[in-house]
Amino acid sequence: MQNVKHHKGIQFLALLAIFFVLVVAIDPESGGNLWRFQENIFWLLPDALNNGLKYLINDFWVVDIYDAELDLTEESTMMKEFTRGLSGVVLFFITLIRELLLGGVKTIVIFTSWDFVSDNEWAYIPALPWTAVAAGAFLLGHYLGGVKLSVLAGLSMVYIALFGQWEPAMQTLSFVLVAVPLSVLIGLVIGILAYKNKTFELILTPLLNVAQSMPHFSYLIPVVVFFGIGDHAGAISTVIFATPPMIRLTILGLKKVAPEVLEAGKMSGCNPRQLMFNVLIPTARHDILIGVNQVIMQCLAMAVIASFIGTKGLGYDLLVALNRLNIGEALELGVSIVLIAVVLDKLSLAWANKQTDYFADLPFYLHYKYRLAFMAILIITSIIAYAVATFLPNVHNYFYIIDEAQGFTTQTFWDAFVDWLITATYQSVQSFNLFMITSVLVPMKETYLAMPVVATLFLVTGVGYLIGGIRSAIIVTAFIGFIALTPWWDRALITAYMVTFATLISVIIGCSMGALCSQNARATKIILLVCDTFQTFPSFIYLIPVIMLFGVSDLSVLIAVIVYATIPATRYTVEGLRNVPPSLQEAASMSGLNRMQRLRHVELPLAFPHILLGINQTIIFALFMVIIGAFIGTDDLGQLIMQSLSRSNGMGQGILLGLCVAFIGLAVDHLIHTWSNTQKKALGIA
Amino acid sequence: MKFLKKIAATAAVSSLALSASLAQADSKEPIVIPTHNWTSQITMAYVIGGIFESIGNNVSYVPADSQAVYESVRTGDITISHEVWQSTFGKAFNNALDAGGIIDVGTHAAKTQEDWWYPAYVGELCPGLPSWEALNNCAELFATADSGGKGRYLDGPMDWHGQETLDRIEALDMNFTAKFAGSSGALWAELESAKKENRAVVVFNWSPNFTDAGEGGYFVEFPAYTEGCKISDGGDGKCGSPPAGWLKKAAYYQMPKKWPQAYKAFNNISFTKTDIGNMAALVDVEGLSHEEAAEQWLAENENIWKPWL
Repeated sequence: MQNVKHHKGIQFLALLAIFFVLVVAIDPESGGNLWRFQENIFWLLPDALNNGLKYLINDFWVVDIYDAELDLTEESTMMKEFTRGLSGVVLFFITLIRELLLGGVKTIVIFTSWDFVSDNEWAYIPALPWTAVAAGAFLLGHYLGGVKLSVLAGLSMVYIALFGQWEPAMQTLSFVLVAVPLSVLIGLVIGILAYKNKTFELILTPLLNVAQSMPHFSYLIPVVVFFGIGDHAGAISTVIFATPPMIRLTILGLKKVAPEVLEAGKMSGCNPRQLMFNVLIPTARHDILIGVNQVIMQCLAMAVIASFIGTKGLGYDLLVALNRLNIGEALELGVSIVLIAVVLDKLSLAWANKQTDYFADLPFYLHYKYRLAFMAILIITSIIAYAVATFLPNVHNYFYIIDEAQGFTTQTFWDAFVDWLITATYQSVQSFNLFMITSVLVPMKETYLAMPVVATLFLVTGVGYLIGGIRSAIIVTAFIGFIALTPWWDRALITAYMVTFATLISVIIGCSMGALCSQNARATKIILLVCDTFQTFPSFIYLIPVIMLFGVSDLSVLIAVIVYATIPATRYTVEGLRNVPPSLQEAASMSGLNRMQRLRHVELPLAFPHILLGINQTIIFALFMVIIGAFIGTDDLGQLIMQSLSRSNGMGQGILLGLCVAFIGLAVDHLIHTWSNTQKKALGIA
Repeated sequence: MKFLKKIAATAAVSSLALSASLAQADSKEPIVIPTHNWTSQITMAYVIGGIFESIGNNVSYVPADSQAVYESVRTGDITISHEVWQSTFGKAFNNALDAGGIIDVGTHAAKTQEDWWYPAYVGELCPGLPSWEALNNCAELFATADSGGKGRYLDGPMDWHGQETLDRIEALDMNFTAKFAGSSGALWAELESAKKENRAVVVFNWSPNFTDAGEGGYFVEFPAYTEGCKISDGGDGKCGSPPAGWLKKAAYYQMPKKWPQAYKAFNNISFTKTDIGNMAALVDVEGLSHEEAAEQWLAENENIWKPWL
């Protein structure tokens, strides 16, 4: 074992030595293809892809569509009709839920026409008073999970209403209530298919990897072109983003089902369908529920981005608030998003775990007590809202819907706080800023850009070989080599420099914080809660305050990235250390190790593979956030992805840039997973 | 090509429709109006929506990215776009015009200016402003940690007019570098913190904008713009932006046919700089919501918009 390690160390040193020789030997002026790959056939890819997609939507399989209203026949394509039909269905459900909550006419229009609705004043769905929805949430919480859950659900709704965010919050809720079930359903179906068919799973895995690591705003324009703009487009791009973890966890859960359980199911005479739905899925429930949790989190994480392509609600308001430097309002909106995520997550969890009591033989009013109570509340709150509206027509009706202008706000407090922060920290921030940028970041960036492409590829291949042999070497070289062949290699190097720096700092902070907090059960609980909250918090919120403190520079991007990327480093460290078997800890203590020694020699090595996965997540989070950093102002791949929103060949360029980002992530992911697995095997905990 | 033919046909139809539009009633389907992320545009969306509603149209609003919106107008998912800024969105708009499906519905009365801009207090830090030579002479005041000793000009996102800024700095041999902010929010955040620290900044800005109110600021005076002076148009690049840029309106090419009345009104709509400033001030200064601001503006300015119908 020691020998092998030694061996690897020497190989690694040799690798580095050759790398440096290459760096020194290749001259930027005369290096040609050794320095940077020159223009090649890959540079035509963005246009080719763009034209291909355009052809698919505009010219492939042309059909004539008759527009009754304009009385003319228009040319359309089968693809367009299909995608627009799909959009229509998604939009119908979003609108239906939204209008039940907020009122409106569009649902009625579906069944009649705009002319009908315009001619008949009575034809609209009235909004529910917020009091009714809040009470409903309270009851639902009580029904599914008892007092604690009911208080959480009810108070969250009250918070949202009192802060004047009822309308955007219900818009977001209606969008989420469609996107989540859709993602869960698609995820389950694809997951089951992949479980049953090995070939399908083999094809699916790389697609899932790419879909999960592609920055979401690289596929916004294609979604707009294919599906149009509006809430449905947001929902569809959210489904693309949120389904992969669901599929993954479904497959994982189904595979973990013990053969005994399967046998027992077969022996009881289950047919395949019964076996799937009554045996396999309930047994795999734990993992599938983690999948649902992931879907909910991802859907709310998309709330902000989705507003670029037409999703109304909290995300859009948050963007507008940030643009007006309304930090307080943006924070309040962010809290609402977190609350909706948490409540939905807990409710769905409670619902899935609820056991039906088949033997209870209750009288009618007890059996239906929740429904009856809700009906009663609905009637009472409606009467109150209606009465206030009738008798006090000039007073704002707090019992119906509270607008933004009428709600509470903590804006003034936050304005004062930001003022104080900027003026109080001005001097120290300036010198810190100057030091970091001139002595650390600029040199680091220049070093990255000074690497000849051949040297970089050699290093990547070598590291791949050392970690996972020939197979890994080929995989990572293919990923990184693809990027080198595109025109964006320099950009990718800048992305890589930022991700490297942010990861280093995040891992140092996260791991030490995690190691400290894991020593104490209460601290563990608190830190995990903090992690959950920060992770659901819309990452856009960090962007504006860091600009106010550090200006538009790489440093502010990196600080925002570090805040976000420290979360997984902390979480995995805590989990890894807490999961070290107590018997081993006992054994270590009995051998006379003190606390520090135990941590260093027993717990950390045992937790290392898990911590490594945390570092992997940190890198993925950092990559994600560096790309979002384009909204502050960067000169890396993210800037180009944003630029492709306005380019005429934007679709192709956006997708390919997204792929480049995904490939960076996938290469790192592959290396770390391979490394973690060999470590686990070596430790005997695989 | 197909689209070009369609447009030619629609242009013919629309001129006919305009002269004899009374004969045809508007579709009851909602006219879709986009909202972006800055105040004047959102408020104006609700104002225009209110004007359409006053003649019996149905209206719906959809949030959209300000660069991506033209693709959606082309396909008819969005019906109009009412604030097309010359130097910021000109490129995306022209791309869409070339691709077809979108029509140019004329310009607002407001003339726009989009150029290097500094807040009023910076004038005291660097006397001699607004001339660009004076700015160049106090370049070191504008230096930041990452500008390498040169002055730093904070431009809007790269895709607004990136290359032109770099061309101008080079053509005028200025002691400045350009940094591209990622969003308009980033510009405002930088302005806000610079103001608190009494630090010199020069950023990309435009007028009419909310920054016109209060203490305001000034545009840097570059050598005057002449037709074709920019490098991309074959000139030497030694000039500023056009002092009176256009602010256009755009529409889906089927709008004249589907909503002839609304199209006629939209064609006539022409806001002045004061109108736009007032709309924005109702929200940014008086703290109304965008919808309330639009309602109030419509109620107070009937003399302006009623004649457009």
